[in-house]
Amino acid sequence: MSGILGKKIGMTSIFDDKGESVPCTVVEAGPCYVIQIKTKEKDGYEAIQLGFEDKKPRLVNKPVTGHFKRANVPPKRLLTEFRSFDISKFQVGAEVKIETLFSKGDTVSVSGISKGHGFQGVVKRHHFGGGLRTHGQSDRVRAPGSIGSSSYPSRVFKGMKMAGRMGGDNVTVKNLRIVQIVPESNLVIIRGSIPGYNNSYVEIHKEK
Amino acid sequence: MEKMKLVEATQMKTDLPQFRAGDTINVHVRVIEGDKERIQQFQGVVIGRHGDGLRATFTVRKISNGVGVERIFPLHSPRVAKIDIMKEGNVRRSKMYYLRELAAKQIRQKTSGD
Repeated sequence: MSGILGKKIGMTSIFDDKGESVPCTVVEAGPCYVIQIKTKEKDGYEAIQLGFEDKKPRLVNKPVTGHFKRANVPPKRLLTEFRSFDISKFQVGAEVKIETLFSKGDTVSVSGISKGHGFQGVVKRHHFGGGLRTHGQSDRVRAPGSIGSSSYPSRVFKGMKMAGRMGGDNVTVKNLRIVQIVPESNLVIIRGSIPGYNNSYVEIHKEK
Repeated sequence: MEKMKLVEATQMKTDLPQFRAGDTINVHVRVIEGDKERIQQFQGVVIGRHGDGLRATFTVRKISNGVGVERIFPLHSPRVAKIDIMKEGNVRRSKMYYLRELAAKQIRQKTSGD
């Protein structure tokens, strides 16, 4: 088990060995740097803190600059802890590259923040069917219908699916296959779609 | 976007002939049956090219036994072995969809390079 940070570049399709077109997402993954190693003795749990993508030193405040200085690595934009690494194999300041963690054919899960859709109704947000268009109906086409009973329970149950903000959630897509790795440019090509906009950050985790 | 092109460039064909809508072409398609592979030919009029990059496709239309048949080929697919240009057309449109409504003689007239 291991993982890496990356940036979604976009989707395309490539041809596999059989000549079939495979829909896939291109992710620029790493190189990441080990910024801190959390140990059981000191922090109560074991984890590796990875940093990804340079940030202008001018934009980093003094305490955070010190945090990176300890690892002897220029300041990074993104810091994330991974608890699935074997910490004995890593040193602070070490470079983590995609080709050392994953290989072609591996199964991964990808986490990221999904595209924000704003305030949406139940048809889009929860896949409700909506109402009838005909049979004397008016203004019911995208309506949610009943949201509960009357005098008992005299309230709407918690978690009732209703209209509201959609997207912008933390989403994990599991069981995605790595189609190809391009080590020179730190690119990894993953079959299928992953959460978020192009240029948004994602975590790639190896599946068990 | 540059990185995207980098990925696509590895599989894109560089030796493709130049052809456009209205041209009559012969597409050599690799057909895989079990563990055997053979070449099948599909000859017809290009009625449109779509998309760019690795995902570009083109549509070829022909009349087979009196029935109109259209096939959409991915331009850069390894299964498209070869494209021969049989006749260059002289058309003013990039999408020749109106050929579907025409008789064979009219199609000849419309796509002929006069």
